[in-house]
Amino acid sequence: MNTERLIQMANQIGGYFDADPDRVAARDGVAEHIVRFWEKRMRRQLYATLDVASGALLMPLVREALVEHRRRILGIRS
Amino acid sequence: MSLHSHHDRGTPARVLTQKSTQNVTLTIDGIPVSVPVGTSVMHAAAEAGIDIPKLCATEHLEAFGSCRLCVVQINDRRGFPASCTTLAEAGMQVTTESDALFRLRRGVMELYISDHPLDCLTCAANGNCELQDMAGRVGLREVRYAVGANHLTQPADVSNPYFAYDPAKCIVCSRCVRVCSDIQGTFALTTTERGFDSRIAAAGGADFLTSECVSCGACVAACPTAALMEKSVIEQGQPQRSVTTTCAYCGVGCSLNAELRGDKLIRMVPDPNGGANHGHACVKGRFAWGYATHADRITTPMIRQSIRAPWQPVSWEAAINHAAAEFKRLQGQYGAESIGSITSSRCSNEETYLVQKLTRAAFGVNNVDTCARVCHSPTGYGLKQTLGESAGTQDFDSVMQADVILVIGANPTDGHPVFGSRIKQRLRQGARLIVADPRAIDLVDTPHVRAAHHLQLLPGTNVALINALAHVVVSEGLIDEAFVSARCDAVSFAKWRAFIADPRHAPEASATVTGVPAAELRAAARLYATAGNGAIYYGLGVTEHSQGSTMVMGIANLAMATGNVGRPGVGVNPLRGQNNVQGSCDMGSFPHEFPGYRHVSDSATRALFESAWGVPLSDEPGLRIPNMFDAALAGSFKGLYVQGEDLAQSDPNTRHVTAALEALECLVVQDIFLNETAKFAHVFLPGASFLEKDGTFTNAERRISRVRRVMRPLATYADWEVTQMLANALGYPMRYTHPSEIMDEIARLTPTFHGVSYARLDALGSIQWPCNDVHPDGTPTMHVDEFVRGKGRFMLTEYVATEERVNRRFPLLLTTGRILSQYNVGAQTRRTANSVWHAEDILELHPLDAEDRGIRDGDWVGVHSRAGDTVLRAKISERMQPGVVYTTFHWPGSGANVVTTENSDWATNCPEYKVTAVQVMRVEQPSTWQKRYAEISKEQLALFKPETDHAPV
Repeated sequence: MNTERLIQMANQIGGYFDADPDRVAARDGVAEHIVRFWEKRMRRQLYATLDVASGALLMPLVREALVEHRRRILGIRS
Repeated sequence: MSLHSHHDRGTPARVLTQKSTQNVTLTIDGIPVSVPVGTSVMHAAAEAGIDIPKLCATEHLEAFGSCRLCVVQINDRRGFPASCTTLAEAGMQVTTESDALFRLRRGVMELYISDHPLDCLTCAANGNCELQDMAGRVGLREVRYAVGANHLTQPADVSNPYFAYDPAKCIVCSRCVRVCSDIQGTFALTTTERGFDSRIAAAGGADFLTSECVSCGACVAACPTAALMEKSVIEQGQPQRSVTTTCAYCGVGCSLNAELRGDKLIRMVPDPNGGANHGHACVKGRFAWGYATHADRITTPMIRQSIRAPWQPVSWEAAINHAAAEFKRLQGQYGAESIGSITSSRCSNEETYLVQKLTRAAFGVNNVDTCARVCHSPTGYGLKQTLGESAGTQDFDSVMQADVILVIGANPTDGHPVFGSRIKQRLRQGARLIVADPRAIDLVDTPHVRAAHHLQLLPGTNVALINALAHVVVSEGLIDEAFVSARCDAVSFAKWRAFIADPRHAPEASATVTGVPAAELRAAARLYATAGNGAIYYGLGVTEHSQGSTMVMGIANLAMATGNVGRPGVGVNPLRGQNNVQGSCDMGSFPHEFPGYRHVSDSATRALFESAWGVPLSDEPGLRIPNMFDAALAGSFKGLYVQGEDLAQSDPNTRHVTAALEALECLVVQDIFLNETAKFAHVFLPGASFLEKDGTFTNAERRISRVRRVMRPLATYADWEVTQMLANALGYPMRYTHPSEIMDEIARLTPTFHGVSYARLDALGSIQWPCNDVHPDGTPTMHVDEFVRGKGRFMLTEYVATEERVNRRFPLLLTTGRILSQYNVGAQTRRTANSVWHAEDILELHPLDAEDRGIRDGDWVGVHSRAGDTVLRAKISERMQPGVVYTTFHWPGSGANVVTTENSDWATNCPEYKVTAVQVMRVEQPSTWQKRYAEISKEQLALFKPETDHAPV
């Protein structure tokens, strides 16, 4: 999958939830949206960007949401 | 008995309403009859079973009183009043038959026939002619007038491809003129001259074809003689039987009577009992069905080893087995998630249900999506978030109770013409209109209709506009506090109220973004909030944006804040582009949802389907269409089953799409034509047109209507049978014997469909879901006492500018749409005579932009964007605003989607078709892409050699 495209899509989601003054709710909104609508391959690849240079292109809200909700987004159940 | 012996009661029925609660009782030929105040004597007589002769009267139109055939006698009144224009009164005693009336009527008929050809035996209307019937009815036996001046030698106008006008047979009853004005609302027809010289004429051109006539055919249906007649009837004779079915074009979902002789379709006639269309239709539904038997139909399954290899016609069994073996091979080689399916809004509910079932149960994945992805997926998301259900709130009839109609990003007179006519009817009754659209669509200023406000915003600024409207409502105290307090979630409302009250949303602030003057916007907001019943209708101009879902939620916010949800006359109404957009979404075509919009992660729902389908199901959302393309290019997605959808023409950034399709190892296309996508296919499974199968469509008002087979499937099988064969070949058994059994399964598994069955549909005609124990006859208006989600939820809707921006290199904004005579990718309408109205896609641009570039009307112009280039012919148009250009996407060689980009809605990936930054300049030759397209088309045609011609039907 095209990493740039995934980052753009994630940032668009962040752009919507960024309007929420409640930052906890905003981070939760980003995570919830990705969990409910993104296929597993896309979620995994998005996480792969976190630790590489392109990850810097993620907007802060999205980055925070990914960090905070890692297990949920990646579907780690134990 | 004639096929057309419908008992027409002459004038419209009056109904008891809150304003008119009185019945009057009168006596007609000694029979007492009670009718509502305002009912004509003619109609009252019909209610009593008395059929008064008539020619100019029909129950579809208000009385006109011109033919004088319907005269009656009334006690204590002088003369012979026309029963169509005389209203029933209490105590009235009416006589409809007497010697005097007999003589009068026969005299009237004698005058008519003195200027009418006596060629009944060879006339196209023979057997279906009201003039002929009335001549018999009044006992006409001779015409005593000498041959004198007449109209018998006047030439017929045969310019329209579908119907002819023969003035020699015209009795100037004005039904055609009145139906064109009162029902269709085009006002194209008129009566010229006076007295003997009176004739019917189409205005604005030398003949019907070049006139303002939109070829809806209402005049043809209204004509009591053969003056206006379908050419198909002239050529082939009167039909002998009728099958009621549902139109396969736009989301209005008109009920149509397919009139046949044997299994040959002679004509389509709109069904007067149709709940969506009430006897009206448009040029597509009524006339553009010839594609179903077009020579381009593919009727033999085909396979090939590669997309550069010739197609090999094979048996159904061989094609299905090959497809199944390939899908199994791919899953074995690349993993289960390497394949998926796409359903189509052009297919029936039962067909889309089966494809998603095959994907989830036989493929074992949730990689199923539908073409609604690229049109109304933001509607599904936005309305679910706010109101709790992914569907429009009203029935179409609701518009007749609206006081103000807000049309946003929709062009109903072109895209949804029958509903466009309903809107115009209501506007002529006095409702006010607000149009929010970058273009001056017809509704802005059309005969007898003028928008109170045209908010001519820049493409891509919808959310700024809706926020500004809401800001006015909040800041000027126009919120319906009682409604919000009783019906909406207090926490989300408080948050939204504070958000929207911020000065950054004020019209004065947003005007710099939207281009809409603040005073105009404020006036529009006040009108919507205070007029009484405010109804919002919107189209793809709302959804196909990077903020499509945000805009849908903004619309819902505005409607809730003003109390405009939950009763007739109001609501939030998406105008669905295709016939079964609503249905394909309802049926679980999205990769994250089972039928009925239930998320795949919901364990109770999953358990229900696992139990019914007998296999474990995935709880992970699958790939959406654009994700499938990306995954294909990345090498992890290898196989695709596409039913009835032409991705290569309709999806944005054509070069990206075709590269993805080329990367697939197995593409199975099921379609009635070898479409653009099929050029990249390895297996072709011939599809069946809507005339060849049973099923149901669900229109924009959630109305489930039957599709009934009227002719045999040219390729042997209906589409649901093909999907079933594929499932069986994959080792997942399906054993349906009729689509009704598929609907029964849908009803068992989907709460909103629990009460739906073919038997109920036959009994009720159509059903608007939810249909269940609580609403056994369906639900015309949703959210009446409470929202589906309980309390209405306000969502924050910050405006975020699209990343697709103009600059010096791309200074114009391109927006795309469709036109009345053509339909989407044009696969159907391009193969009909509708192309006489629109033979190519053109680029509309404002005179100032044309002048800046030295472009003249008709010049070839190159359209360049960040995604690609194409060449179109230019049309200079005042409908555009400076800086904005427009085109349609009906012809594949036009390459409209070569130019559009992959930008998409943040929530749903619905493409941003409506905003592409472009440059336009004069050119002398087609684009590189167009030249390559022509070469590929030629190559692919050479790889296809039809084995057998299908027999004409």
